[in-house]
Amino acid sequence: MSALLQLTALTAHYGDFQALFGVDLTLDAGQTLAIIGANGAGKTTLMRAITGIARVTGGSVVLDGQRLDRMAASDILRAGVAMVPEGRRLFPSLTVEENLRIGAYARQGGGFWTLPRIYDLFPVLRDRRNHPGTALSGGQQQMVAIGRALMSNPRVLLCDELSLGLAPVVIREIYAAFPAIRASGTAIVVVEQDIGQALKVADQVHCMMEGRITLSGAPASLGRAAIHDAYFGVRQA
Amino acid sequence: MIWLDTLIQGLMLGGLYALFAAGLSLVFGIMRLVNLAHGDLIVLGAYLILGIGTATGLNPFLAAALALPPMFALGWLLQTALLNRVLGEDILPPLLVTFGLSVVIQNALLMGFSADSRKLPVGPVEAQSLPLGPVNLGVMPLVTFVSAVAVIFGLNQLFYRTALGRAFRATSDDPVTAQLMGIRPDRVFAVATSIALVVATIAALYLGARANFDPATGPARLLYAFEAVIIGGLGSLWGTLAGGLVIGLAQAFGAALNPEWQILAGHLAFVAVLLVRPRGLFPRAND
Repeated sequence: MSALLQLTALTAHYGDFQALFGVDLTLDAGQTLAIIGANGAGKTTLMRAITGIARVTGGSVVLDGQRLDRMAASDILRAGVAMVPEGRRLFPSLTVEENLRIGAYARQGGGFWTLPRIYDLFPVLRDRRNHPGTALSGGQQQMVAIGRALMSNPRVLLCDELSLGLAPVVIREIYAAFPAIRASGTAIVVVEQDIGQALKVADQVHCMMEGRITLSGAPASLGRAAIHDAYFGVRQA
Repeated sequence: MIWLDTLIQGLMLGGLYALFAAGLSLVFGIMRLVNLAHGDLIVLGAYLILGIGTATGLNPFLAAALALPPMFALGWLLQTALLNRVLGEDILPPLLVTFGLSVVIQNALLMGFSADSRKLPVGPVEAQSLPLGPVNLGVMPLVTFVSAVAVIFGLNQLFYRTALGRAFRATSDDPVTAQLMGIRPDRVFAVATSIALVVATIAALYLGARANFDPATGPARLLYAFEAVIIGGLGSLWGTLAGGLVIGLAQAFGAALNPEWQILAGHLAFVAVLLVRPRGLFPRAND
């Protein structure tokens, strides 16, 4: 299977501060990949670098043969990479339905994900379609943010900290949508601090620390102790 | 009966002020840019209409229609070549640049057209009026007022009923996340300024038809427009119409009491509204 998204020796900076140090990552078509790590490990920066929001200062991001790392964020979305940003970041001036529709702003032609299909995925949003997006509960806002990203019919969906600030029952509800998203052919990258959740949904797990990937593997092949060490930076014996 | 007449005159004048203000309100609502050259761009539009009318012999209404595409293009150029470069966290650079632009436009008009005052010759319609019960309503003021309501209605439809309008609002809310939706904020801003200059051209038609204008007329128009936007609540288009009407009514009633009080009464109304409603009459909930 050829790689859909390939990151090679990716570095990123915020001003003089280097946040990513030569990250290599491969995402295959249809795959779900989880990136775990503590606060400040560089997970969000990695997502922002892929989507063109953070400045890439070295290495490359290639989507199906197309270099993304020199493109504007708006063009990267058009190329097929959508993100559910940390903190949801719904547009307060827009209703739930308008928030969903704006996800399709750059879409040309059809695709699997349409407004009715998003409402089928998250039925609770159908009743709230005319409410301001930011008037919803945290979990419902997260559903809008996922639906909004899906409306562009991305080839790769990046989800940054979906479970942040949500109750466990709500987190389960949100992750219950993943099989349908995978079935639509979209490859997924989830960034999570909730290791248990990440291990449940992912085919591959990468652990990050201080801007580097310190551990990679299939969830079943990684021991709890190894993940613990990679996550907290304890030297392995 | 004089009071009813004054009320109607005030409303009609308010329509003109709302037209002055609509473009300013649109641009501020979307990119938080206070365009200090807005009044001068209206005056520039008036000279363009005059020039097209003189060159082609068309009446000002048709000349104004021909002036819309070049003014749209000017808006695009202005935003992409100049204003997009200075928009950012700091609000001072755009203020300085548009202030400089105001000076440049005034002096360019002075060089091109001299300081003589001009007027757009709209013909007999200028003197026509309709009997409305006990008062007579001038046709031109009525057309101005109807145009103002139509422009504000049209802008509202654009803002709340179209994909472009959603992009306007999303970019205004959060330009970074808007890019994640495939929106290019610099282009959205360019479209907004282009539309603002189209509205400014419509305002220019009625400005030039109603009264004399000269290269230095712009700043005073900007002041009325700015007051209308603030009274209405920043970013609210219907609020801008209401703001224009408040200033128009205050000026008309001020003038009815004493002609010297016309301008002062408008400014006092502005201060009075802000004392009672510091965020204007219809502030946006999320500002």
